[in-house]
Amino acid sequence: MNYKMIANLIGRILCVEAVFLLPSAGISLYFREYDTIFPILISVLLMAVIGILLMKPKYKADYYPREGFIAVALAWIVISVFGALPFYISGEIPSFLDSVFETISGFTTTGATILKDVEALSKGLLYWRSFTHWLGGMGVLVFVLAIHPTAKGSGQSLYLLRAESPGPEVDKLVPKTGTSAKILYGLYIGMSALQFLLLALGGLPWFDNLTTVFGTAGTGGFGIYADSIASYSSYEQTIITIFMTLFGVNFTVYYLLITGKPKQALRNEELRLYLLIQVVAAGLITADTYHLYPNLRQAMHHAAFQVSSIMTTTGFATVNFDVWPEFSKWILVLLMFVGASAGSTGGGIKVSRILLMIKSALCERRRQLSPRKVSVVRMDGKLVSDDTLRGIWQYMAFYLIITGISVLVLSLENLGFDTTLASVAACLNNIGPGLGASGPIGSFADFSDLSKVVLCADMLLGRLEIIPFMMLFAPSNWGKH
Amino acid sequence: MRIVIVGDGKVGVTLTQRLSSEGHDLVIIDRNPSVLGKSVTQYDVIGILGNGASLKTLQEAEVGKSDLLIAATSADEVNLLCCITARKLGVKRSIARVRNPEYTEQLALLKEDLGLSMTINPDLAAAMEILNLIHFPAAIKRETFARGKAEIIELKLQKDNILCGRYLRELTHLTKCQVLVCAVERGENLEIPSGDFQLRAGDNIYVTGSFRDLASFVQKLNFLDHRIRNVMLIGGSRIAFYLAKILLSEGYRVKILEIDSQQCEKLAADIPDAQIIHGDGTQMDILAAEEIENTDAFVTLTDLDEVNIVLSMFAKRIGVYKVITKINRMEYTDLAAQMEVESIVSPKNIVCNDIVRYIRALDHTSQGSVLALHRLVREKVEALEFSVTPNTHHLETPLKNLKIKSGVLLACIHRRGRIIIPNGSDVLRQGDSVVVVTTADRIFYNLNDIFE
Repeated sequence: MNYKMIANLIGRILCVEAVFLLPSAGISLYFREYDTIFPILISVLLMAVIGILLMKPKYKADYYPREGFIAVALAWIVISVFGALPFYISGEIPSFLDSVFETISGFTTTGATILKDVEALSKGLLYWRSFTHWLGGMGVLVFVLAIHPTAKGSGQSLYLLRAESPGPEVDKLVPKTGTSAKILYGLYIGMSALQFLLLALGGLPWFDNLTTVFGTAGTGGFGIYADSIASYSSYEQTIITIFMTLFGVNFTVYYLLITGKPKQALRNEELRLYLLIQVVAAGLITADTYHLYPNLRQAMHHAAFQVSSIMTTTGFATVNFDVWPEFSKWILVLLMFVGASAGSTGGGIKVSRILLMIKSALCERRRQLSPRKVSVVRMDGKLVSDDTLRGIWQYMAFYLIITGISVLVLSLENLGFDTTLASVAACLNNIGPGLGASGPIGSFADFSDLSKVVLCADMLLGRLEIIPFMMLFAPSNWGKH
Repeated sequence: MRIVIVGDGKVGVTLTQRLSSEGHDLVIIDRNPSVLGKSVTQYDVIGILGNGASLKTLQEAEVGKSDLLIAATSADEVNLLCCITARKLGVKRSIARVRNPEYTEQLALLKEDLGLSMTINPDLAAAMEILNLIHFPAAIKRETFARGKAEIIELKLQKDNILCGRYLRELTHLTKCQVLVCAVERGENLEIPSGDFQLRAGDNIYVTGSFRDLASFVQKLNFLDHRIRNVMLIGGSRIAFYLAKILLSEGYRVKILEIDSQQCEKLAADIPDAQIIHGDGTQMDILAAEEIENTDAFVTLTDLDEVNIVLSMFAKRIGVYKVITKINRMEYTDLAAQMEVESIVSPKNIVCNDIVRYIRALDHTSQGSVLALHRLVREKVEALEFSVTPNTHHLETPLKNLKIKSGVLLACIHRRGRIIIPNGSDVLRQGDSVVVVTTADRIFYNLNDIFE
C-alpha cells in the first residue's frame, strides 16, 4: 500500500477544499454576518495547514486499483469531516455528528438534512452547504485531476476517475485523463452558468439563484427555505425541472453533441430509457393526482417536477408528496431505486445497470430455453463484456445487503414501514427526502445517533457506488504484503 | 500529437510507455482485451478493442483526426492494410512494421503508394546494431551520429587501465585524441561529468568522437582490441538471417545453430555461404563440438531472454572475446549487466528510438529538428543529434559565453564532414549538426531547449 501517495492526494484535496470554502467567508462578509466569518476562516486555515503537511513527504508515483479505490474512499471521509468544521465551530449546528451528517449529505449530493429550521442558518454557511453539492456532484477528485494531473503519462489517474464517477463502465472521453476531467468540468460549469442565466431572467435573487443552481447541478437538493422551493414561481420551477433532468443525463452524451455526433449521442439506449421512464411516471402520477389540483396543467407541472427531482436523485420538492395517493408515492419510491444515468451527477442504481440486468436476465432465459444457442448482451450496438456484467451483479448483491442491514437498524426507531424503507432509500440513493417523518417537510433531526451514523455510511456508499468502501474495509489491504 | 498505435505487443507497449510520458494523446487498438486492459490502466491512454485493419475500428479510433498511425501488429500484411485504410480515412502520416525479408525489396517500391512515412523492421535494425559492435568489438555499445561520422561508444575501465585515477581534464593531454567522455556509469549511479571528474576502475565510460579518433583512443589506452573473423549465432531467427547475409558479404565466417530442422533447411537455402548447424545451441556438448572456444564473436538470438543471458555468461566464462546478447524484456538488463553480460541489443528499443526521434522531429520541424536519438546506459541517458538552423539561438557565440542547462553536454559538432569536439571557444554555426547528451528524463524537442 502506497500510504504516502494516498496522503499526498488527500492533502491536495484538502487544499482544494480550503480554496472553495473561502468564498463563504466573503458571502458572510457581504451579509454582515460577522460571527460566521471567523469560524469559516479557522476551518480554511486548518484544511490548508493539514493539507500542506500531508503533501510534504516525497512519494513514489506508482499505485494500483486498490490504492485508487482506497484513496477515493478516504478522501470522501476526510473532506466530509473537515467540511463539517464551519458548521460546528460556529455553533450553528451544535452536534458534531449532525454537522458531519449535513456535510456528507451535501458532498454526496443527497440533500437529507438534520436541520429543523433551515432559514435560521447564516447565509455564509447556507452557501457552503449548497456548494458542497456542486463540488460533490461532478466529484472532488475529478476536479483535482482536471487542475493537476498526477504522474505524467501514467494511467493510474484513471483509477481515481473510475472510483469516483458513477456507472457500470467508466471510460475517458479523450486519451488523457486530465483532459477528460477538464471537459467534464467545462460542460458542468457551462450548464450551471446557463441555468443561472435562465433563472436570473425569471428574476430570482442572486443568492437564491446560486444555491438553487448548486443544488440542481449536483442533483443535491438542499433548499434554503423550509418549504424547499415551493415558493418559487412556476417559470423557475419549470427551469429547475428541465435542468434536473439534464444533469441526470450521462455527460458523454453532451460531449458527443458538442463534438458534432448527434446521431451517436441520441442512439444511447440509456438516455432513451431514462427519458421514457420519466415521461411514463409523470403521466401516471398526473392521472393519479389529478383530483388534488385545480387543473390538468398544475397536476402535470407538479408530477413532472417531483418525478424529475426524485429520479435524478435531486430531492427538491414543490409540494408535499407525502400526502399523495399510495400509487403515486410508490412510483416515487421505485424511481428512488432506479436513479439517474451513469456518468451523470445523480445517484441511485442507475438506468444503465437496470437495463443491463434486464438484458442479462433475458439472455440467461434464452440460454435455458435452447442451451446450444449462443446469445450475448449488447448495449448501444456493442458487446457487453462478462466482466461488466459480473461487476453489476456484485454491486447489486452488496447493494441489497446494505439496504437490508440499514433498514434493520432504522427499524429500531419504530417509525413505520414506509418511513424506515424510504429513509434508507433516500440516503443510499442520494436523494434526500424520504416519506413520512423524513419526508419533504420533515427532517432527519430526530433520528438516533446510531441511525444517523448508518445513514451517513449509506450516503457515502451510495455516492461512491459501494466498491471503494468495501476495499477500505478489507483487512488484507492494510499492512505489509 | 494524436497518435494511434495498432497492436499492443512488444513494440506497441514500449511505444505507449515512451510516447505517453512525452505527453502525446494516444489511442491503442488491439484484439486482446486483457493486454489492452493492462495498457489502459498503466498508461494515460484510450484503448479500443478490435481488429486494427478494419474500417469500423479505425473509424472508432477517429484515425482521420490523428496526426500519426503506427501499425505494429505481428502480421506485416495486417500492418500494411491498416496503413492503407487509415490513409483513406485521412490520417496524416503512418508508420508500418514490416518484418518479413521477402517484402523488404518491394517496400521501397510501395512506400509512396501506401502513403508510408516510415517502415520499421526491428530485426534488421537489431542486425545492424550487432554488426556495428562486431566492427568495433572493444565497444560494449556503439551508436552513430552525423551519418556515421561521429559515434558514442561504451567502454569498461579495467583495473590496469592508465585512465584509472585520472581526471577528465587530463584526457586530451594523455591520449592526444579528439574525444570526449560524455557520461560515466558507476554502479547504479550515472554522471554527466565535468573536467573535475575522477575516473575509477570499474566505471563504464561513454566516449564520443570520430571513428578514427576513437579507434586510436582505444588502441593507445590498451583497451583489448582484436579483429573478429568467426561469428557464431545461436538461433536462426530473422535477425540471424539479416546479420549472416551482411557478415558474409563482408568476409566473416558465420556459423548458425538452429534447433528446428525445417528452419535450418530454409536458412541453408537462403544463405548458402553460412554454416548451418542443426542442433540445440543451448547444450554445452553441442557448443563444444562446434568449437565455441575458437569463435571470436558469439551472438545469442533465441526467443528466450533467460536462455540468451545464461548462454552469454557461459561464453564469457570460457573466454569468447566478444559476446552480444539479444534481450527483449528490458527489466532484465540491469541484472544482466551485473552478470558481465555487457553488449545488449534490444530490437524493440531500437525501433522505438527511431519512432520517438521521428515524432520529436515532426513536433518541431521548423526549429532545428532531431536527426538522431539514442538511449544509452540502459535507457538512462539520451543522446540527441540536432541540426543547427537559422532559428537556433546564440549562433556564432563562443560556447563559454553561453548558459547551458546543467546536466546537459554538447558532445560534438559536425561541420561540413568534420567532427569537432567543442571547447569554450567553439561556436554553433548554421548548417552544423550537434550531439547533445542528457539524462533520459529530460525531453528536448529542439536545440534551443538546452539553453537556460
